[in-house]
Amino acid sequence: MIALQDRKLALWYIGVAYIAFLIGTLMGLLQVFIRNDKLQLPAWLDYYQILTAHGVLLALIYTTFFIFAFFVTGMSKSLGTFGPKVRLVSWIGFWVTLIGTVLATAMIVAGEASVLYTFYAPLKASGWYYVGLALFVVGTWISSFALIGHYRVWRKNNKGELSPLFAFMTITTIVLWLIACLGVVATVLFQYIPWAFGWTDTINVELSRSLFWYFGHPLVYFWLLPAYIAWYVIVPKILGVKVFSDSLARLAFVLFILFSIPVGFHHQLTEPGISNFWKFLQVVLTFMVIIPSLMTAFTMFANFEISGRKKGATGLFGWFKKLPWKDVRFTSIFIAMAFFIPGGAGGIINASFQLNEVVHNTLWIVGHFHITVGTPVAMTFMGLTFWLIPYLTGRKFTKSMQILAFVQIITWSIGMLLMSTAQHILGLLGAPRRTAFSNYNNHPSALEWFDGILTSHVTMAVGGSILFLSAMILIYIVVMSMFLSPKALKVEDQVEFPMAESDKSHTPKWLENWWIWIGIAFALIIIAYAIPLSSMIMHAPPGSEGFKTW
Amino acid sequence: MHFHKFEKIWLVFGIISLIVFLSIVGVTAFSHDHHPAGGMDTIDPKKVDQTAPFDNPGVTQIDDDTYQVAIVASAFSYAPLELRVPAGKEILFKVTSKDVVHSFTIDDTKVNMMVVPGQITTRAYTFDKPGKYLILCNEYCGTGHHFMFTEIEVY
Repeated sequence: MIALQDRKLALWYIGVAYIAFLIGTLMGLLQVFIRNDKLQLPAWLDYYQILTAHGVLLALIYTTFFIFAFFVTGMSKSLGTFGPKVRLVSWIGFWVTLIGTVLATAMIVAGEASVLYTFYAPLKASGWYYVGLALFVVGTWISSFALIGHYRVWRKNNKGELSPLFAFMTITTIVLWLIACLGVVATVLFQYIPWAFGWTDTINVELSRSLFWYFGHPLVYFWLLPAYIAWYVIVPKILGVKVFSDSLARLAFVLFILFSIPVGFHHQLTEPGISNFWKFLQVVLTFMVIIPSLMTAFTMFANFEISGRKKGATGLFGWFKKLPWKDVRFTSIFIAMAFFIPGGAGGIINASFQLNEVVHNTLWIVGHFHITVGTPVAMTFMGLTFWLIPYLTGRKFTKSMQILAFVQIITWSIGMLLMSTAQHILGLLGAPRRTAFSNYNNHPSALEWFDGILTSHVTMAVGGSILFLSAMILIYIVVMSMFLSPKALKVEDQVEFPMAESDKSHTPKWLENWWIWIGIAFALIIIAYAIPLSSMIMHAPPGSEGFKTW
Repeated sequence: MHFHKFEKIWLVFGIISLIVFLSIVGVTAFSHDHHPAGGMDTIDPKKVDQTAPFDNPGVTQIDDDTYQVAIVASAFSYAPLELRVPAGKEILFKVTSKDVVHSFTIDDTKVNMMVVPGQITTRAYTFDKPGKYLILCNEYCGTGHHFMFTEIEVY
């Protein structure tokens, strides 16, 4: 087990993550009922406030806090206990991130920031909302630097050696995050904050959108890569096999640094101010992430098959039956992976240049991120939660908790399947996203969208309710394993941190030469962004004043 | 670095599909002029009402086969209120915003344009079938976002 003080840090991160999860999922439940016209909000609360809170709390806060809990635990386990400096800086990072979170959330609740989590200018929230977001990002940077410091100490003490796979993947994710945040920090610090506090009169809208999406796309990889760490490093251990290929795992991860950042324009395909050439170039770069994704898919199935055959499976697909289905740590992540197959395919559709017009800002997109971040990522995190909290608290993961965990992941899958299928189809029919109601004064075309059995508001509400039920079961499991489950006094009751062995004897050293990867990443960013961004600045129209339209 | 034989086959197949796919998308885009909505023209967002063609929004016939439709979006409506265009002719939509970001999205068509203040979004479209089409805003723009819609009549 890792040092008590490191466990404490990780548990605080998880605690905040699940408070955000609790409120965020409740906001999701309210939405489906408002849209279904079954719930009237009190006058002081508005649909778009709830929508903003839902997005911020789940997509930003839950994910980020959980990711750091996972990283802190894994880094302490794979590289050793944190030194006093690393620990101190980590705590500072935690508190700064938390203060930012609380400040931004308070502004949303106060109705001063119903700008959704994309906060597109010239919608103008209170300046403190942007300060909260900036503190949030700065806090994660401080925590990131603490982990990098810990990693550097290890490398200094182990000269010439490749770091353990978990640590390598953690640092990859952090490098990605640091480079990605430059965009959002630039726009928030130099555009939004001076404008929101009235120090400047106007804002360059197209530039702010582009800087946001420079950050917005790698943000989704910041969620996804920790899930991939679990798929690459945790799952093989549960299956009883080694990491399939240490070098390919590392190669896949560095490719994500290269190809997840210079691609933000694929979120802006239907807007003016960016010429078709640059849009298309970034579409091509976007599709490069398919290569490490295919490598990952191959590795996963290789693990399954090797594990199954080791247990005596025969025939082409016999290994499938030998997978440890009764182990909720595995089954949860397997379902998460299965959801990512249509999720990834949908992503290819969204980024396909002209094809984007069919789906842009429709409910399809909402369906898309519920079967990417909302299930593959979130359910992997759930699968980790089941053992991570007991591991950190030294409590048992009892039989009854395991059964509940199964109920939880199955209800989540059913709820998500219903809701996201409805959203995908509704989006193709034309129903827009981010609306409290979409009946447009009972316009016949709008009524037609919701006419199907699967595409009705009722299906969405049923899906949403099942999801909320599942979320509450998870909260119960979290509270039990944090505070109430019996202590694991005997060795066989103790919960392990499953970390597979990885044979790095054939792994080339250049894979861990960060300057190569950071260098290529910046070269690609400059190629993809330098000219279009500078033309946005040089040929900028007169800027926009702020509007508070809520 | 060692690649398993099956993994090589898998990746080569994947990369070739990727190249074919991107070539198709690229060729249709650049040789058949099949682009998403866009445009590089700018405008002063505070002077939309004084800038042509938005000082007089609506339908103008450019030549026998082309019509221009200028639209001003603002929270939470579109100007002009009434739109009538012929089927089978090329309609060139030009849209801008007086305040926040909106969209100009025509149901049942491929017209789905982001409307950004300071910029003019353009998209050419030819309606095949006459009828009344729902137009709506699909980018969140404030409390009344879900009331922001209008209709276009194709005759």
